[in-house]
Amino acid sequence: MRVLGLHLAVLGLLGVLQLVLPPFHHGMVARIMVLAAYAIGYNLLLGYTGLMSLGHATFFAAGMYGAGLTIHHWGFGVAGAFLAGLVAALAASAVVGVITLRTAGPAFLIVTMMLAQAFYLATLYFNELTMGEQGFVLSGLRVGFGGRGVDLTEPVVKYNVALGLLAVCLLGSLAFVRSPAGRVLVALRENEERTQLLGYNTYRLRLVAVLASGLTSGVAGVTYTLLFSYVGSTFAGVLYSIYPLLWTLLGGSGTTLGPLVGTLLMTYAVDVASGVTDAYLVVVGVVLVGAILWAPAGVVGGIRARWARWLP
Amino acid sequence: MDLGPHLFLALLEGLVGAFVLALTALGLSLVFGVMRIVNVAHGTFFMLGAVVTWYVSTLTGSFLVALLAAPLAVGAVAILADRLVLRPIGYEPESTIVATIGLLYILEQVVLMTYGPYARPVAAPIYFRVDFPWFGYSGYKLVVAAVAGVLLVLAWLALWRTTLGLHLRATQQDREMAQAFAVPVERVYTLAFGLGGGLTALAGALIVPVQQAHYLMGLDALLMSFVVVILGGLGSLRGTVVAALVVGLSDGAVSVLFSPTLAKIVATLLVGLVLAVRGRGLFGEESA
Repeated sequence: MRVLGLHLAVLGLLGVLQLVLPPFHHGMVARIMVLAAYAIGYNLLLGYTGLMSLGHATFFAAGMYGAGLTIHHWGFGVAGAFLAGLVAALAASAVVGVITLRTAGPAFLIVTMMLAQAFYLATLYFNELTMGEQGFVLSGLRVGFGGRGVDLTEPVVKYNVALGLLAVCLLGSLAFVRSPAGRVLVALRENEERTQLLGYNTYRLRLVAVLASGLTSGVAGVTYTLLFSYVGSTFAGVLYSIYPLLWTLLGGSGTTLGPLVGTLLMTYAVDVASGVTDAYLVVVGVVLVGAILWAPAGVVGGIRARWARWLP
Repeated sequence: MDLGPHLFLALLEGLVGAFVLALTALGLSLVFGVMRIVNVAHGTFFMLGAVVTWYVSTLTGSFLVALLAAPLAVGAVAILADRLVLRPIGYEPESTIVATIGLLYILEQVVLMTYGPYARPVAAPIYFRVDFPWFGYSGYKLVVAAVAGVLLVLAWLALWRTTLGLHLRATQQDREMAQAFAVPVERVYTLAFGLGGGLTALAGALIVPVQQAHYLMGLDALLMSFVVVILGGLGSLRGTVVAALVVGLSDGAVSVLFSPTLAKIVATLLVGLVLAVRGRGLFGEESA
């Protein structure tokens, strides 16, 4: 009960925050909430299944391109594009999952990275379709509500759609990790052989985890495109595979609130650093090394270990 | 140009690329074989080698001095990284990967702060043209291939004919047994990491006159090294060299005949699939 209460309180706080935030931070937090949904998807795999992927940008970008390309080239509406993005992300996770799950450990990591790089290069190679690095901007994204439409680029709409997405993903992941399926994944993370011995099909469980994780990341990608009206291959690049790893680690992998905390801290850290130097990505490196050396459990993980054993 | 000469040029480019790639990837293979860790900052060492070469050869005016300084400086950076970061986390595979990703960004961004976002060339120390009936070819590129070849042979000799090589091989085969036979395993680890960094820095230094030094040049080197090391079998040095020749040649051919991007797509997809189907890589059986 207090677990659910805490999560609802966090969401409620974010809901109230939009009334007081100045415009810049208003937009920033909206973006963070979408990216946090991406991190939540990543955490399903890293935190609860124990698989470290370096290719999640593929899922995020598959959602993006699935939605963006159908709008740009075929004139899809928002709902149709949303669906197309989901299908693309699901297809990408199925392909990646089936191939990568034949490996384990560091090999899994390298294969996910390789496939993601192939996908990224493909977005550059087919640049007549995707406009490559430069990307393309979408315009006139509206959702109809009984005759009158709502403009998705309107700040208020943006913020609340992002909040809605975060709520769905956060509560969804909470429900998932507390469900029997989620518990088995944790068992799998802790001891594969014993889980196998208990009669679980570990391959199928892992595939389910990859699909769930990829789909969540994809939904975040779709939403990002719809709210910020932009599609570009940057989001398929290596940095966007490393970001969710960083956010999850910093916040605390294997905790439901960790990804949100990590994304919040890191996005602001990157923003502050980019005001100081062009080489702002140095904070990415410093935080990664620092986290692995001194705080492998992350912020929320550390809080859980010290003060609140009940945190999920 | 006709198809024949075109193909010849493609093979020539591929061959030069293959030797440099073999030298680049050798360090990664060594580090993986001996230490059982994946060094994601490997490409960054390559880039550092190129950047140091630019600095030293601009300051001293001598490319040869730079060629010596680059592997030493980068080797020192690698050893420092090993002591300060990798040893404290106990070389745990996944933590090491995260830590080396962090290292990658730190080093890359520090270079961006100091060296800047420019691509800067270094004049080749020797300049001559080899004239084929259809086109002229940079003689320096052929020299690079030859030097890389010589260095590969030297590395092989060092590995099989010296005590250090014996220690490296012993640690690779069985860490605990090696320790029981008084091989200073910790020092061997540090040395392997330093050597790995130094070797790839040397490859980076050799390539500067052809490619220019840029702070982002490491990513390609990293990915191609991964491709080669995996295809050749994780931890198998002979496999790495053979795979480098195959990948380098085909990469050169596809780059010249079609497009460099397509060549990279083919290579990365290929390696993903090989690793998924045959986890140990093509020559993996000889790895311990």
